[in-house]
Amino acid sequence: MKTRTLLLSALLSTSALAADADIWIRLPGHAAFASVLRWEDQADGVKVAPFELMRTPISNGDFLRFVLHDPAWQRGRVPAVFAESRYLEHWHGPVQLGPGVRGTQPVTRVSWFAADAYCRAQGARLPTWAEWEYAAAADAEREDARSDPAWREAILAWYSRPSNTPLPDIAQGTATVHGIHDLNGLVWEWVEDHAAMLVSADNREQGDPDVMQFCGAGALSTDDRENYAVLMRIAMLSSLQAADVTGNLGFRCARSIEGARP
Amino acid sequence: MANRKWVIAAILALATTVTGCRSDTPPAAAAAHANAVADTGGSRKGDFGPPQGEPIEAILTSPPEVPPPTGRDYPAKVIVNLEVVEKDMPIAEGVNYTFWTFGGTVPGSFIRVRQGDTVEFHLHNHPDSKMPHNIDLHGVTGPGGGASSTFTAPGHSSQFTFKALNQGLYVYHCATAPVGMHVANGMYGLILVEPPEGLPPVDKEFYVMQGDFYTTTKYREKGYAPFDMQRAIDENATYVLFNGAETALTGDNALRASVGETVRLYVGNGGPNLVSSFHVIGEIFDKVWYEGGTRYQENVQTTLIPAGGAMIADFHLEVPGSYVLVDHSIFRAFNKGALGILTVDGPENLAIYSGKEVDSVYLGDKVASLASVQTAADSAASGTLTLDEQIAAGKSLYTGTCSVCHQDNGAGLPGVFPPVASSDWVKSHSHEELIKVVLNGLTGPVKVNGEDYNSVMPPMSQLTDDEIANILTYVLNSWDNGGGQVQRDKVEQIRASTPRAEGAAH
Repeated sequence: MKTRTLLLSALLSTSALAADADIWIRLPGHAAFASVLRWEDQADGVKVAPFELMRTPISNGDFLRFVLHDPAWQRGRVPAVFAESRYLEHWHGPVQLGPGVRGTQPVTRVSWFAADAYCRAQGARLPTWAEWEYAAAADAEREDARSDPAWREAILAWYSRPSNTPLPDIAQGTATVHGIHDLNGLVWEWVEDHAAMLVSADNREQGDPDVMQFCGAGALSTDDRENYAVLMRIAMLSSLQAADVTGNLGFRCARSIEGARP
Repeated sequence: MANRKWVIAAILALATTVTGCRSDTPPAAAAAHANAVADTGGSRKGDFGPPQGEPIEAILTSPPEVPPPTGRDYPAKVIVNLEVVEKDMPIAEGVNYTFWTFGGTVPGSFIRVRQGDTVEFHLHNHPDSKMPHNIDLHGVTGPGGGASSTFTAPGHSSQFTFKALNQGLYVYHCATAPVGMHVANGMYGLILVEPPEGLPPVDKEFYVMQGDFYTTTKYREKGYAPFDMQRAIDENATYVLFNGAETALTGDNALRASVGETVRLYVGNGGPNLVSSFHVIGEIFDKVWYEGGTRYQENVQTTLIPAGGAMIADFHLEVPGSYVLVDHSIFRAFNKGALGILTVDGPENLAIYSGKEVDSVYLGDKVASLASVQTAADSAASGTLTLDEQIAAGKSLYTGTCSVCHQDNGAGLPGVFPPVASSDWVKSHSHEELIKVVLNGLTGPVKVNGEDYNSVMPPMSQLTDDEIANILTYVLNSWDNGGGQVQRDKVEQIRASTPRAEGAAH
């Protein structure tokens, strides 16, 4: 118990010291962002209003603080409809990271519901796919690096490696031109509207039911067919139910800016 | 007679179509009956009713092994458990690649069921996977071939059930976007749907599957080889491989069989891009169930296997040795790795294949057109041989036989081979002596045009009398040797009177 208390207070103090600006980055948004997804109502591009996005993904330490604050989200207490059985299973206990699990690593094995609850607790929300894709299109020099084959190759190289090695810590690499870390190359991240990209067995009557699920279907519903790097992320997200967790799927939060227009 | 009846039926059918009349026997029915004799009925006749007996867990094998025949005469419920694993494995010696696999191998596990079986399919995606995966089995009747029912996140399992209505050998593969990358990383395998009566028994069965691989590194460049999307799109393969590695079917991993056995290869092509011209060097396929279908072709050298297709080949082994499996788009075999070995042991059979009997000099294009030789031979036979014909024939023969040493221009090689051009030796010897040199050879010191030679000319007694006469006539009439004409009778006479060295021809 003593250890836990010490750890807890250490975490809280760190958090107290962290300035708001260290956590949130303001992004200018885009009047007509060319998403890889085809949006029927926004043929000329998606409107992305200015918003704030977390500088890094949520870490194990961040999430531990959250479940200590809100025990309903602790492993073993969460109803199965909100998180499957492997929720946070790599932690040694419901409120203990344990050896081999660093507070500075990104949190994984969290369900969409848990991620959503975390962000709500911060007065925030999960980013939408369009916001996430827009933010992740940047590299260190450019706001939109997606047409650069080297950018794509770097992302594909990460995709092609299995997740059988321990995750690195957050914020180890170069930030994007906006100052955001780890959008690509560390973990998958939940987005708010992940279920909207998912065409599940439940809504088969709406158009082509299998649209993202197999074969060339992905190519039919996307505008940028060459951009496999982004397409594969959509495929990954669309394979998941909101209660699912995986060993390489985490999240970060976003905040709307009142009155902001794209 | 039967054939003639069907011809008449066909003509009637045509007439009916043209006039729009209806006869008592609808021609469509007659045509359907004619086809029924020839076809299996496909999926229409592939449903043998509900599964019988206890459910059976399918035996899955890693390449190059093939599961045993089902040996069943009834439709069963067969349960297949297949796990997707993303893992590093050698693609060539000292080169590692991250493969995405069905069952931990490339190609994936071989699945064997019987036509009419109900297959309960479980796809498990390992928790360490980074990607979602699914499976499209070409042997499945239904949208996506199972793909839409098996889309599986890492650490999850999916289940669906299908009835194997069509017999044949089918490819399965992952169909998650981008399909090309999943396939290029090795996500394919074979499922055999046996015909109800099974396939003819053989002694050995092997599982081979071709695939093309795309890396940012060069062929055989040591270290880790990352996937290269652009090369894949350009269809510019770094490796073309059997069973996912350059060493999968070579060395200790060679396929093994014995003389007297019949071997069956189940060969698929996963692609993603390239079509295979599959060939086994030194063997002829006795039977090929081309495209993995119901009919077989016999006596086939090379068979085409489309990407996403398969075939079955049987052949009987008569001669021991190493047989090389290749994609006969042959640069792939020798520069991209598409090689496998079938090692056959057993007694030699020299009556069928002798091994090397003779290793002799072959002169290739040194042998000029021998048309002039034929002309001369024809003329000689009819008694109309002219000097010009002899010279022309002699020139061709000289080029094929003598020029190796004496050179095309007759100059020889100073100090080694004496010249026959402007040769005082030729001019100072009689026709009889020249004939003897050709027939018996010449060994020991000679002086030609003032230069000493001491070497060996072997007997050229394999040449016919005509040929020797023509060659010498050509030499005499070329290069300022003073002319003259050598008669075949003279050669015949000298040959008859000269004792041949033992072992020499004639």
